[in-house]
Amino acid sequence: MSEDKSKYLIDGIQGKWEVVIGLEVHAQVSSKSKLFSGSSTTFGGDPNTQVSLVDSAFPGMLPVINEYCIEQAVKTGLGINAQINSYSVFDRKNYFYADLPQGYQISQFKNPIVGEGEITLDLKTGTKNIGIERLHLEQDAGKSIHDLDPSNTFVDLNRSGIALMEIVSKPDLRSPDEVNAYVKKLRSIMRYLGTCDGNMQEGSLRADVNVSVRKEGDKKLGTRCEIKNVNSIKFMQMAIDHEARRQVELIESGESIVQETRLFDTKKNETRSMRSKEDAHDYRYFPDPDLLPLNLDKNLIEKIKKNLPELPDQKKERFIKDYSLSTYEANVLVSEKEVAAFFEEVIKTADKKLATNWIIGDLFASLNEKNISISESPIKAKEMVSLINSISSGLISGRAAKEVFEVMKDTGANPVKIIEEKGLKQKSDPKELEALIDKILEENKDKVSQYKSGKDKLFGFFVGQAMKVSGGTANPQLVNDILKNKLK
Amino acid sequence: MPDITNKSLTEIVDLIKKKEIKSEEVTNSYINNIKKGKKLNSFITESFDNALTKSKNFDANPNYELLLPGVPLAVKDLFCTNGIRTTAGSKMLENFVPSYESTVTSNLWSEGAFLLGKLNCDEYAMGSSNETSFFGNVINPVKENTVPGGSSGGSASALAADFTPATIGTDTGGSIRQPASFTGTVGLKPTYGLCSRWGIVAFASSLDQAGPMTKTVSDCALMLQAMSGFDLKDSTSINKKKENYSKKLTKDIKGLKIGIPKEYRVSGMPNEIEELWEKGKKILKEEGAEIIDISLPHTEYALPTYYIVAPAEASSNLARYDGVKYGFRSSKGSNLIEMYENTRSEGFGDEVKRRILIGTYVLSSGYYDAYYIKAQKVRQLIKNDFDNAFTKVDAILTPSTPSAAFKIGEKKDDPISMYLNDIFTVPANLAGIPAMSVPIGHDKNNLPLGLQLIGKTLGEQTLLNLAFSMESKSNFKQKIIKWWEK
Repeated sequence: MSEDKSKYLIDGIQGKWEVVIGLEVHAQVSSKSKLFSGSSTTFGGDPNTQVSLVDSAFPGMLPVINEYCIEQAVKTGLGINAQINSYSVFDRKNYFYADLPQGYQISQFKNPIVGEGEITLDLKTGTKNIGIERLHLEQDAGKSIHDLDPSNTFVDLNRSGIALMEIVSKPDLRSPDEVNAYVKKLRSIMRYLGTCDGNMQEGSLRADVNVSVRKEGDKKLGTRCEIKNVNSIKFMQMAIDHEARRQVELIESGESIVQETRLFDTKKNETRSMRSKEDAHDYRYFPDPDLLPLNLDKNLIEKIKKNLPELPDQKKERFIKDYSLSTYEANVLVSEKEVAAFFEEVIKTADKKLATNWIIGDLFASLNEKNISISESPIKAKEMVSLINSISSGLISGRAAKEVFEVMKDTGANPVKIIEEKGLKQKSDPKELEALIDKILEENKDKVSQYKSGKDKLFGFFVGQAMKVSGGTANPQLVNDILKNKLK
Repeated sequence: MPDITNKSLTEIVDLIKKKEIKSEEVTNSYINNIKKGKKLNSFITESFDNALTKSKNFDANPNYELLLPGVPLAVKDLFCTNGIRTTAGSKMLENFVPSYESTVTSNLWSEGAFLLGKLNCDEYAMGSSNETSFFGNVINPVKENTVPGGSSGGSASALAADFTPATIGTDTGGSIRQPASFTGTVGLKPTYGLCSRWGIVAFASSLDQAGPMTKTVSDCALMLQAMSGFDLKDSTSINKKKENYSKKLTKDIKGLKIGIPKEYRVSGMPNEIEELWEKGKKILKEEGAEIIDISLPHTEYALPTYYIVAPAEASSNLARYDGVKYGFRSSKGSNLIEMYENTRSEGFGDEVKRRILIGTYVLSSGYYDAYYIKAQKVRQLIKNDFDNAFTKVDAILTPSTPSAAFKIGEKKDDPISMYLNDIFTVPANLAGIPAMSVPIGHDKNNLPLGLQLIGKTLGEQTLLNLAFSMESKSNFKQKIIKWWEK
């Protein structure tokens, strides 16, 4: 392992600095209704149309736990190999803000529903385990809208009360790349489980990023700063890089880091102080007296455990074992549940090797180009199978297949139809090909004699001509054989 | 038509069921009384039109199978009532009209009762004399210039003055039992979780419990039956079948063991209270109960514990009154923080602010362990005291209050002496167990005095039976002369 190359270190005047990162990921629980009320959680509704009396904290309203959200949290906990706490408590986190109708957020403080766990990252340098400190359930706040009116702030409570899982990592991450891998892996696990859709554009997944720096080789952690509410992996990476450099510069100029909360300005690519530790809220946490402590039934946990779907790591192992894929191929194919399902659907009736190459290669390239997911792909598994089988059966050449794919990726059309329409069907009739080659040799007598006098390289020229004349449909193997025979 | 408003709820229900009187007549009689009794200031909002419409509807289409057929009821203004202003006695909610009905009042309405009006109370139920209400203090009908107790002071006053045949209050630290004692009426705080808290303006969630306030013990059984019940909307509600308290009500208390806790004999307690307690013991003994001396060693810590737990929860429960969504908003202030500060400074009264400050303090980092956590531990010890006692006895008898009703203004500026009023009532709230006050006698000034019966978890029937027996033997008679009608 090329240790040095892979290490992300900040070069300072006084030497190299290691960056220590911990993430608090806020993942919206996939659930039709909110954590403590029956209101809808559908994204994009008109402001304040998905708000109950509980969500808007009317007098005398009481929270009632949504059991589905509890199951989702347990599922997620099991998915990250974590301790499930059969006893957990909901606490009130008290602070005033216009989009926090109760004047407190119901969260879990001392006794979270999920304890320590672990996630395995697949990095270029190998695997690395990242510790999970805890996972707890909490309510989301509403949204304050400051830019609709010069003198008023508007509040949208649609989000108020939606269930979030806060997943806190240990300070085990060391680079923006690891953060990228961590968030993607965590998201992948949750998507496999169906516990969070991981949609960062819609705010279903956001993170608070804790960053500190220390001299390479030091054991003691430096003072950390927390960058609040970053909503894309790219921004997390940018924020970390900027924040680490800022801290190194400060320390090297003789100053010390002040523990504080900072905001990442995506436009200016810099972090700014939001509030220092001294100004930090005193949240006055205490157990919510409106809710009884949560006692999970062991049978429920067992039932959830039994019904867990195959997770990315297990699937990866199986793919490597059963389909003889490389680690890289397996990693790519299991990263998204839908991709893995697509792959497995295709290889039911098509060649594994070809399927792997076509999916990881051309299909991924076209999806990336269009910026769409596999479930939005115009090419469905059935058409992919048909294309691959056309290649393996010799119906079309690999080159023609590329041409077919170009049409498929936009239209999703049946490849057999495209082959017919474009006349791409491979010419495999020896007589037909012989006639075609004879004509080429006739027209290039000079080259034939050059070849015969020892210019072997011209063989490729004749093949090329045959393909050109046939419009790429000539069976290359047959062309080879016939040419070799004729040029003897 | 003879005046029926001095009758008990049970008697009125009987008259309606026997078709001897119509719901509308009953309703008009109470409205008539209320109109003559404005001086007592027991109502915040009257809903006479609603009551008359409902009574006519009932008479046109009566259902005598219900527990409260065609009965008008005024309720404490802490219960949210759909379409009718609910203030919690605060300026903060002066114009707040809920779009929903509390579970407890819903239960009453589905048993045939309907709303007559909303009764005055201490602001957010914080007070022991009904003097903290934004809508002014309430007068005790037993004597002019006397407080009716609190926080359900309007309820107690209206009941004793014959403005409503029965009522409901809420009890966080004695807010049903102390006013009942001060007005010569019956008040029961049920087991925590027996009545749903959904739709009741919250004071201290782990202590708040709604309960009946009535003229007689039979009425109390009937009301409790009507208002209680499991509610999915309240996570702390007890999932159990409804009891038929009235049917099981009996004066036969033979063989029941009654504990007398020595710690309730506090220094400076008037002799009259001692004598009252002796009278209670004597009655129970004569009726065949066994009197047993017991100890509840942590009693002296109950009041300080209560004044940590209740304000802590209140400070958080009242955070929602911030001027943003509903209720009062100050017009002053140039940003969000100033709007909050002005709204809450102007919208809350002194006692509420005092408790929010205490609550915020005891939950603050650095003080949390010393106050809140310590209080929770003591609360557990107090519960344990009761658990131990109930291995030996079926119920506990104590005075309801350390004194009879006091003068308006007498303790207003002395919070500690005001808080001491709850010294006998708060332990039951901290333990979550049922307790009720029964009128037993009068002091030398003819002010009524009550005794408190404390029971096991869900031991309401035992309490009602004991109270029923004591009621029949105590010869307690209300001595109210309707001075306010003159």
